[in-house]
Amino acid sequence: MIELRDVKKAFNQGQHNEYWALSGISLAIEAKKVTALRGPSGSGKTTLLTLVGCLARPTSGRVSLQGRDISGLPERFLTEIRRQTFGFVFQQFNLIKGMSAIENVMLPAYPTGRPHKELHQRAEALFERLKLGHRRHAKVEWLSGGEQQRVAIARALINDPQVLIADEPTANLDTALAREFMAILESFSAEGRTVILTSHDPLVVESAAVHRVVDMRDGRLLEA
Amino acid sequence: MKSWLEKQRHLIDFTLASLARRKARNLGLLAVYGLLVFVLAAASLFTHALRQEAALVLHDSPEVLLQRLVAGRHDLIPPGYLEKIGRVRGVQKAEGRLWGYYYDAVVKANYTFQVPTTEAPAPGKAVIGAAIARSRGLAPGNTISFRSYSGKLASFEIAAVLPAASELVSADLVLVTEQDFRSFFDYPAGHYTDIALSVANPQEVRNVATKLAAALPDSRPILRDEVLRTYASVFDWREGIMLALLSAAILAFAILAWEKASGLSAEEKREIGILKAIGWETGDVIKMKLWEAGLISLLAFLIGYSAAYVQVFHFGASLFEPVLKGWAVLYPRFQLTPVIDGLQVATLFFFTVFPYLAAVLVPIWKAAVTDPDAVMRT
Repeated sequence: MIELRDVKKAFNQGQHNEYWALSGISLAIEAKKVTALRGPSGSGKTTLLTLVGCLARPTSGRVSLQGRDISGLPERFLTEIRRQTFGFVFQQFNLIKGMSAIENVMLPAYPTGRPHKELHQRAEALFERLKLGHRRHAKVEWLSGGEQQRVAIARALINDPQVLIADEPTANLDTALAREFMAILESFSAEGRTVILTSHDPLVVESAAVHRVVDMRDGRLLEA
Repeated sequence: MKSWLEKQRHLIDFTLASLARRKARNLGLLAVYGLLVFVLAAASLFTHALRQEAALVLHDSPEVLLQRLVAGRHDLIPPGYLEKIGRVRGVQKAEGRLWGYYYDAVVKANYTFQVPTTEAPAPGKAVIGAAIARSRGLAPGNTISFRSYSGKLASFEIAAVLPAASELVSADLVLVTEQDFRSFFDYPAGHYTDIALSVANPQEVRNVATKLAAALPDSRPILRDEVLRTYASVFDWREGIMLALLSAAILAFAILAWEKASGLSAEEKREIGILKAIGWETGDVIKMKLWEAGLISLLAFLIGYSAAYVQVFHFGASLFEPVLKGWAVLYPRFQLTPVIDGLQVATLFFFTVFPYLAAVLVPIWKAAVTDPDAVMRT
């Protein structure tokens, strides 16, 4: 579904602090499966995730989504693809403080111009599914870590994306909540969504919910 | 179209929620910005209303006034001038006017004595302006005495007090008969202070003035339009003085508003990064932030302008009165007729709202074009 060919990514290119986060990655990510990127800090996991999720463009190489090369698309088209195809769960959850959980969840759908009522119903359904209905009107800063993550998951799903991207999803969760998260992931892959996540948490990468683990180090793949 | 409208609605909803989330900052900004608009709007509304008032007052005044000059100074019109003017074509009516100034040492104020052309009071009686009545504690039926410049004492019974509505021009007026006027000032018979001329055709006013200047070379014709222009420039000058006095404060407010508006907080930048990462386009972010800035500036403009309107037309512009009305001892009390000039509102809007939007646009744009992956790296 997603294919990367000799992808390289440099930051501050041409400057004294030039840094190559990825040095020639070729990888095919299968649809409807859970793929985990594993590696120490600085191995390039998150950078790879941003390229796959259309948050950034590679410095060189090709990224294709369902056979379509998306690496050279202008920002506007990338945004459109990102909105329609990907849902993101960030490490720090990145919810907007001062707003209620349900408002945060509906945010990615605002640019689509879908009717407010429809959005509201979809958000309510997601809250019910994630057992968070009772907290939907609470401000996000009043929620616990686990609740915040479920809000972040609901937000990632509001546009009904095919791919869910999660960056270190269990880094801020205790064991019980981490297991709960993996159960949610399993249900997503069961319903046919592709999940790509980064983690070095054994609870995640050794979980039965994860179909494939890709090891990384120094911006390269260790996978044979 | 429907989805476009729905999208705008979502953006506005989010904008309003954003404004509410940063209540203290936005209220502070609104207060400073509103105050700035208030000061500028009050000065402009007040001077405009004064100019309008002057124009209304002068509307019924004669088209041309003729004054005689001796050595460049205003002198009395000698007998025979009225007859000479009567022969100038285009002049419908020419009337000699009698008026002069009198300093009242009791209240340390100058009065204007005048002989009205119609409805003159009976001999020995005077009609006075409301400000004189106030300062001397007079009412109809009372008697007032003045010591003339020649030392004689003259007493007048107050026949009436002029209505307060005309106070802008009648505050210091004393209307007496021609006979009383001439006797009080020892005014030579047959002489006048100046001559008021009516010209039937407004297009002919300048021609008549030229003919008058030719026929009576020692005289100076003053056109009504020139008087209006003088009033306008006096009020403009006063407005300028006031704005100059307030310029330091205005500048301080402007800098504060600019500072507040143009810097995006770290929290706002973070939010923009999140919005971009979850699928908002750069254009959506800019639109949302412009809605925010637009709402603040529009609200500040409406609040500032409305407050200025109320201050000027309902509270008599008490804040700026001393500078804009003048420094007379006999202070006229009057209610200005509310006037709103479209061009004036548009100018003020342009000079207060547009700089604000320009100030916020650059930082908004800078924050909006940040890479959406930045949020993953923080």
